[in-house]
Amino acid sequence: MSAKQKDLKTWFRSGAPWIWMNAGAVTIAVLMTLGLLSLIAVRGLGHFWPADVIEAEYRVPGQESRLIAGEVVEAEQVPRARLAASGLPVEAVGGEFMTRELLKVGNREIYGADFTWLIGEWLSNQQKPDGLVVLERREWGNFYGYPLALKENGQVVAEGAAIMPELLKRIERTNELIERLAILERGDIGHINHGLERLRLERRSLELKGRLDAAVEADLQARRAEWDIRYQALESQLTELHRELSRDSMTMRTTDGREQEIQVAKIVRAFQPNAMSLPAKLGHYFVKLWEFVSDEPREANTEGGVFPAIFGTVLMTLIMAVIVTPFGVVAAVYLREYAKQGWLTRVIRIAVNNLAGVPAIVYGVFGLGFFVYVLGGSIDRLFFPEALPAPTFGTPGLMWASVTLAILTLPVVIVATEEGLARIPRMIREGSLALGATKSETLWRVVIPMASPAMMTGLILAVARAAGEVAPLMLVGVVKLAPSLPLNGNYPYLHLDQKIMHLGFHIYDVGFQSPNVEAARPLVYATALLLVLVIALLNLSAVYIRNHLREKYKALDH
Amino acid sequence: MSEMSSHGIDISALGRDKRNLNLESESVAIQVNHLNLFYGHKQALFDVCMPISRQRVTAFIGPSGCGKSTLLRCFNRMNDLVDGCRIEGEINLDGHNIYRKGEDVTDLRRRVGMVFQKPNPFPKSIYENVIYGLRIQGIKQKRVLDETVEWALKGAALWDEVKDRLHESALGLSGGQQQRLVIARTIAVQPEVLLLDEPSSALDPISSLKVEELIYELKSKYTIVIVTHNMQQAARVSDYTAFMYMGKLIEYGDTDTLFTNPAKKQTEDYITGRYG
Repeated sequence: MSAKQKDLKTWFRSGAPWIWMNAGAVTIAVLMTLGLLSLIAVRGLGHFWPADVIEAEYRVPGQESRLIAGEVVEAEQVPRARLAASGLPVEAVGGEFMTRELLKVGNREIYGADFTWLIGEWLSNQQKPDGLVVLERREWGNFYGYPLALKENGQVVAEGAAIMPELLKRIERTNELIERLAILERGDIGHINHGLERLRLERRSLELKGRLDAAVEADLQARRAEWDIRYQALESQLTELHRELSRDSMTMRTTDGREQEIQVAKIVRAFQPNAMSLPAKLGHYFVKLWEFVSDEPREANTEGGVFPAIFGTVLMTLIMAVIVTPFGVVAAVYLREYAKQGWLTRVIRIAVNNLAGVPAIVYGVFGLGFFVYVLGGSIDRLFFPEALPAPTFGTPGLMWASVTLAILTLPVVIVATEEGLARIPRMIREGSLALGATKSETLWRVVIPMASPAMMTGLILAVARAAGEVAPLMLVGVVKLAPSLPLNGNYPYLHLDQKIMHLGFHIYDVGFQSPNVEAARPLVYATALLLVLVIALLNLSAVYIRNHLREKYKALDH
Repeated sequence: MSEMSSHGIDISALGRDKRNLNLESESVAIQVNHLNLFYGHKQALFDVCMPISRQRVTAFIGPSGCGKSTLLRCFNRMNDLVDGCRIEGEINLDGHNIYRKGEDVTDLRRRVGMVFQKPNPFPKSIYENVIYGLRIQGIKQKRVLDETVEWALKGAALWDEVKDRLHESALGLSGGQQQRLVIARTIAVQPEVLLLDEPSSALDPISSLKVEELIYELKSKYTIVIVTHNMQQAARVSDYTAFMYMGKLIEYGDTDTLFTNPAKKQTEDYITGRYG
């Protein structure tokens, strides 16, 4: 055996290859996690940056050149032959590859689409004019162009350089009006509608019970009249607001010379990206970022924020935790502490473990079939007959989504709790029993508090799984766009029967169901990042509680 | 108390009143009659008959697996917790068979306290540990609880060391302190009998001596039964000693006689270190 072989042999015997392999596996895992996170972070967070807008001449061979303006979103190298094959009038001579650029040109009502692919070689005379204005609108996406005139009730109030400062002032005004309008519509009028609906249900309920006599009818009538009066008062406010909103408008000119009249009320914000300084851009960036996490979605979820989805995800997960923890703990306590350990408990334990491996969509189907239709249907017949045929709980909603996720995550909690209970030293139990405590006193005073960190571990795993779950939720209560938050000021405040939005489903919907794919793509990344953050935050708070408990119920290790 | 808790404790002094003890003339606290115990099909105790004297220290010695702990755990029915454990015969505590039907086991365990081999304080404060038994009994008056904590900790010779940190976790105490806390917790419910299952085997020598001193102090109030591996300890602390071997009670008598003049060959072999 040569010296080298010997060296190799001692190297293997020393265990060093194992250490390298283990460390390598860890490295790969860490790199993949970091890579994934940075990918979604870069792609998602870059979306909110106010990119420069270029203006250029675009000349397709054989056609007249035209002016074009927009943000360059991406560029790629494409073989010349492929472009030619797709019917573009590509010159036969030249390099093998040509650049293809994706430009966000906005002005959807004029061009028909926000995005357009251009051949980089055909662009000439690229500029970044300071005067180019980007209008972010509530509808129809961005508008890129030059302001011509600002009008109030059709009368021009500002022209030329005076437009921008005046416009910003008026946008601020309309934003305030819109906020007031939202409060009025969502809050006060929503409240009245809620009241009227409850009145209608009350009447129907009395009618079903056969107690609807003239006196009751008159009373209901009076109460309805009360609501009506309140509505009338609000209605005049409403029309006033709408009239105020339509006061201002402005005339814009696109790069290629077309003029367009735009209502100021439709503009969210206006800015000149090419003229902005870095601090200004940063400010704009954070405003957009804040809008993303705090605002409601617009334009089929491709603009605006995802706040209702964050809210829905967190609320649903919390309700799930509230359901699954006691249920799982009680089941585990029975299995571990009271059930006679025999083949039956073994079978049950195996069954519980296997439940954790059942595909989530199966739980979704079960949730829909059993919870929504059977259970929800029965609840409706028993407790909400006045609302029928419109279902109250007999339709997918927050409650069933939480319950479905609770049974989905139940095995995790049971297994973790059982392990925690098994780890409590026998001595501790005997110490309690020897003082005259019964078994249940021992359980509640000593064993379960000591096992609580393990329960929290189960809960952490459950939350991590539940918050990221999408497939079953599509069947049991998550929708693309929920009209209102499931927690609001209308009695009974927490609306378990309402449908909710969810970040995971939002990703699916925006990414794959959206008509405006290019606009939606960055939002998919941004929402994914947000979902990861929300789950991390939920987990971290649970970990914090667990560590606190661990410290408190530190096992007796000596 | 203070001069005894120092390191220079006079061990021989502990055995000073062992003279003239006589099993027949003692008041009987516990009477074991023809006790057989089975774990499944395996018999662990064979026809054990013995009286335990009131307010005396009785030690069980014997090699590992001889059944001394098993016998001890019969006195508060701790063996009930073991699956497949079956008992024949009777144990009379103050004339009542504790294995009769309808016996209130939790009440029995309150009357017969037990301290285990390893200190097993609950992960609660020192205060909560001591009053655990009282809380179980539903006692809520703060005055009663406070008083109990003080006298129980004093009784377990721990008060001076912990009186300033009663509401700190008991897990922060040393092993010896924890064991004395467990004794305090046990005497807090005012039992009649104290069962000590190798109470100092997991402790360092100094803590061990403190526990021994404590046993000596406690015997004026409680009937104490102690299981020990340590023959010197048995000789030091006990008034009566029972030697067990293979589940049988081989010899039982006053400690001095048993150690100095054993009647059985097996006892002598064990004491002189020929096995065990």
